[in-house]
Amino acid sequence: MTATPALVLEGVSKSYGAVPAACDVDLVVPSGELVTLIGPSGCGKSTALRLIAGLERPDRGEIRIAGQTVADGRTFVPPERRRVGLVFQDHALFPHLSVRRNVEFGLHGQPRADRAARVTQVLDLVRLGHLADRYPHELSGGEQQRVALARALAPRPAVVLLDEPFSSLDENLRAQVRAELVGVLRETGTTAVFVTHDQTEALSIGDRVVVMTSGRIEQADTPSRVFEQPATRFVASFMGDADFLRAHVHRALLTCEIGVVSTVPGWADAETDVDVVLRPHEVALTAEPDRSDDGPAVVAVEYHGAFVLHTVRLGSGQTVRSWQPHSVRHPVGTPVRVSVVPGVTPTLLVGDTAVSSPPPRG
Amino acid sequence: MRKPALLVSGLAMATLVTASGCSAFGSDEPADLQVYSARHYGAEEVFAQFTEDTGITVDFLAGDDAELLQRIRAEGEESPADVYMTVDAGNLWAAADQGVLAAVDSPVLDEAVPKQYRDSQDRWFGLVMRARTVIYNPDNVDPSELDTEDTYAGLADPTWDGRLCMRGTTGVYTASLVASLIDLHGREKALEIVEGWVANDVRIESNDVLLIDAVDAGTCDVALVNHYYLARELEERPDLDVELMWASQDGAGTHVNVSGAGVVESSDNPEDAQALMEWLATDGQDDLVAGNQEFPVNADVPAEDIASGFGDFDPMPIDAEAYGSLNAEAIDLLAEAGYQ
Amino acid sequence: MTQTAFPPPPTRLSARGPAQARIRRASSRGRPGWSAFVVLVAVLVAAPVLGVLIDAGTGQAPDLPRNVGDMVLTTLLLMGGVGLGTLVLGVGLAWLVTAHTFPLRNVLVWLLVLPLAMPAYILGFVFLSTLDAAGPVQSAVRGVVGDGFAFSLATLPGCVVVMSLTLYPYVYLMARAAFVEQAPTTYDAARTLGAGRARAFFRVLLPLARPSVAAGLALVMMEVLTDFATVQYFNVQTVSVGVYLVWKGSFDFASAAQLASLVMLFAVAVLAGERLMRGRSRFTQKGGRGSGLRPAPLTGARAWLATGVCLLALGASFFVPVLRLGAWAVERAASDRPSALGGQFGEAFVNSVVVAVIASLTCVTLALVMGHALRLGGGRSIRAAAQLTTFGYAVPGAVIGIGTLLTFAWADRTLEAVGVPGGTGLLVTGSVLGILYAYAVRFLGPAYQAVDAAYASVPTTITQSALSLGAGPVRLLGRVHAPLVRSGVAVALVLVAIDAIKELPLVLLLRPFGFTTVSVSVYQLAKENLWDQAALPALVIVALAMVPVFLLFRQVRHGDRGSRP
Repeated sequence: MTATPALVLEGVSKSYGAVPAACDVDLVVPSGELVTLIGPSGCGKSTALRLIAGLERPDRGEIRIAGQTVADGRTFVPPERRRVGLVFQDHALFPHLSVRRNVEFGLHGQPRADRAARVTQVLDLVRLGHLADRYPHELSGGEQQRVALARALAPRPAVVLLDEPFSSLDENLRAQVRAELVGVLRETGTTAVFVTHDQTEALSIGDRVVVMTSGRIEQADTPSRVFEQPATRFVASFMGDADFLRAHVHRALLTCEIGVVSTVPGWADAETDVDVVLRPHEVALTAEPDRSDDGPAVVAVEYHGAFVLHTVRLGSGQTVRSWQPHSVRHPVGTPVRVSVVPGVTPTLLVGDTAVSSPPPRG
Repeated sequence: MRKPALLVSGLAMATLVTASGCSAFGSDEPADLQVYSARHYGAEEVFAQFTEDTGITVDFLAGDDAELLQRIRAEGEESPADVYMTVDAGNLWAAADQGVLAAVDSPVLDEAVPKQYRDSQDRWFGLVMRARTVIYNPDNVDPSELDTEDTYAGLADPTWDGRLCMRGTTGVYTASLVASLIDLHGREKALEIVEGWVANDVRIESNDVLLIDAVDAGTCDVALVNHYYLARELEERPDLDVELMWASQDGAGTHVNVSGAGVVESSDNPEDAQALMEWLATDGQDDLVAGNQEFPVNADVPAEDIASGFGDFDPMPIDAEAYGSLNAEAIDLLAEAGYQ
Repeated sequence: MTQTAFPPPPTRLSARGPAQARIRRASSRGRPGWSAFVVLVAVLVAAPVLGVLIDAGTGQAPDLPRNVGDMVLTTLLLMGGVGLGTLVLGVGLAWLVTAHTFPLRNVLVWLLVLPLAMPAYILGFVFLSTLDAAGPVQSAVRGVVGDGFAFSLATLPGCVVVMSLTLYPYVYLMARAAFVEQAPTTYDAARTLGAGRARAFFRVLLPLARPSVAAGLALVMMEVLTDFATVQYFNVQTVSVGVYLVWKGSFDFASAAQLASLVMLFAVAVLAGERLMRGRSRFTQKGGRGSGLRPAPLTGARAWLATGVCLLALGASFFVPVLRLGAWAVERAASDRPSALGGQFGEAFVNSVVVAVIASLTCVTLALVMGHALRLGGGRSIRAAAQLTTFGYAVPGAVIGIGTLLTFAWADRTLEAVGVPGGTGLLVTGSVLGILYAYAVRFLGPAYQAVDAAYASVPTTITQSALSLGAGPVRLLGRVHAPLVRSGVAVALVLVAIDAIKELPLVLLLRPFGFTTVSVSVYQLAKENLWDQAALPALVIVALAMVPVFLLFRQVRHGDRGSRP
């Protein structure tokens, strides 16, 4: 049987007054997938979450959860009937209910024995069975987060939505809680949508990463493709560091200020200007201490432990960044030669969009 | 949970009580007559006596005069009110002016109530009278200091600077006194008198008993009060250091006002209503003034001891009707004079 | 995009932009049914007020008193003075009893609310007859220092002092609730940042309590605006006095209603000011663990000084009038005349209690459900409708009574016009229904203020979580919202119950035949200056009003032990 996707958004739009918060959003999340929604503040990721949860009504488009249409032109299913779990960064536990009662809250209407069994089950899942009779204020932040997850999972929702669930936790705790939480989601085969603004988090936990800006999805792809083959200038710059250099393709040869970058197979007839995306780990530096012209030189060095980030000013005044192993440190002012690490096929942009084939000559 | 349960039971109770409210609080059997009365003092005994004398039963609803009038108007045709009783000629005038009262053609009333104490169209009748006059502290005031020809105007004389206490504009008594001064002297002279009081730094008390206390304590030398307040206080505290003087006895006479009643236009029992009015103006006069020291309007009926102990006096011979029609102007005049 | 309603990080105020910070609802679009409920309540509550305004509008050109400018100025001065006075007294006393322990503190905590139990029309007279120039206090002083000593209390400053003394409990109640419920981590954070107790109070706790204090102040302002009794005793001509003057002196109800709408303009300004004071900040706090504000024991002279300050405030505002009333009552009892407590008194007592219970439950339930409905979403218009319900508190009681009469008269005519024989009949003045309706109109304001302030401290994520866990609106209300706003509910119940017990003009105007309350009996005796007879029933009112206060504090004490976050 072909599995019904857990979540489908088709052409969903929502604006607040004149401000569009979601434009024509299309997204299909297969059952069991972990998707991260990322974008800068105000990009529409939280609106998307609220639309899915039923806290907002879309202006246009359709939303389906586990095959059931929950919002379209005619239908609007309220949040309490959507089979959606919500986990917030403030955990939003009910302060007047014990952990057990919190978790049991969503099981309303089921037989008592079933409820008790399910509460035990999900609390064990998050390894908090022993704290069932505590009240939320008696728990640590990490424990509260796990209770929030257990509570969201208890009614077996079709999809769990997590709104920056880790940002209220301190740095050390965060990695641990994140690993535990993702583990539980994987273990239970839960479909989940995370909203985050942390790129590392987005890349590391998602099966798929959805990058949004200005209410639009810029790219929805696996973490590696989003990072290595960004679809737009925005994605390239938002997901990891990137510098953009003006470049030219002539007979499949990509040249820019630092020389020939690479060949571009299939662009044999092309004669066009592009921008090339260079990530710091793709940029190689060779010191040229004897050179004394106005060529590229190191202008800043940042020590990051295992690696050292060098910032180099090119002759044109533009800067590029380069990661170097921690043993390599070119002092500020060192003249260098800049090249691209062999084997890299950098992303090319025409306008703000990545291209894989030469644009038609205009 | 405790709270929802509490809430639900509270709600249930509220509904229950509301539902049963009409029967629980309303009176079971309506009486023959419904009286809306701004007079409360002793009213119960008065109506009980009326029922005993005539067999007509009475329910009465005590309230404030202007509010009761508005209530009758809002209730409209369905108003249960048969008789509207109030404590000030101004209110009676306003009720008649707003078409709430019906004319009563009664020789009994015409005979019992002197002409100046009833409406020219017989829509209302004064029943009891009060006089607003001067009291003074004999330790601080020689009675000869007081102007016997026009005592009220005399208080505007600079000799009373800082020695004078009265009620404020909000007290209906002041307005009706000033209305009578306007009627008597014309607006210009009345304004001059009030401005004189203000110039004398008249101290305002909010209550006649506080005025009596102030005169007794000597913090005021003279004050204007209703005679019955002093009579009642003397009954409680015979050693009060306060004397009463009937104002303007060598002139226009002392300012009086009436408390009275009228039959409500929409009454469905005007005959009994008229019977009540007639009784109140004749046999009921004694009961009406019993214990509260007011003067009966019916000249045949004597006042109570302490009140009559103040001696006979000449009242200002003007229509009570004038107080009502001039009340608004009086308030405007008080404001113009800077009277609080 | 606006990231609506997502919560700020814990132990901080808003970390996000102002746009979303203002929004306290779970969803931008409400539930039609629940939104309709808010609109319905607003319409019902606004109807009498609108009725009066329409009635006034049909009259001739407004015939306002010539000194209306002075009245406006006086009103402003009185509001300013009493506002300042209640702020200092209310917040100061709340801070004293919350942050310190000293002799009698546990009793004083709730005794300090008692001045609320005094009806204004009793207080004004008692204060003046006791403390004014001719009263026993100044007379005694004169006995010592000679005849020259006499000063009049019946002035604007005197009125400010007395009203501040009697109205401060509104601010005190709200401020104390806010101090008690503050997240301990916030206070701890301030202390660890080097702030002393006082500085932590002024810089952190007080600003955080601002919405509650503002709500309390708004209630004080409404009381000041609609008060007629006290201001009249103190000879202070506010606009409300003007309303009565025009109505009762000039017999011109239409002009009086127009003046009453001027009073409402003041009320609009007060409420707008309150919203402004709440400002853009969000005051939701997440309680972390921490010791928080622990009462510090005061010792020696300072402890007794604290006790003395509280007793002084209480003495001036509560004990003096109670003692004076007690003296009158004893005087009356010593004479062999019949007591005022005979006859109808038992019935009046029961009526007072039942009406107060029903009125407070009705108002608080409406307020609770309205707050809940707003949580479920709804646009600006729904919020405006909810705000509309608070205006009844800003209209003098008698005017609301007339409005109620007019509204029912209109409904009656309309029903008859569409063919219902008899229309509503004499529903309004023929039963207690009219009184209860008018009570709801008048007292929904304080109930909603208190409940709404409590809703403000429940994070929207809580609401959203409950919804997504499958709780429908009804279960959400019963299981989540109601328990979480219970402190506000308790305060609201007490405020309305006390006001309802004291309420006079509405009952006087709307009561059916044979229906009387203790308040009415007292008023009728007081009106005739029969204070010796009025004293005992007046003390009964005070005792009655103490009951909800006492219950509130029992509830609060239980609550402290419980599962508060």
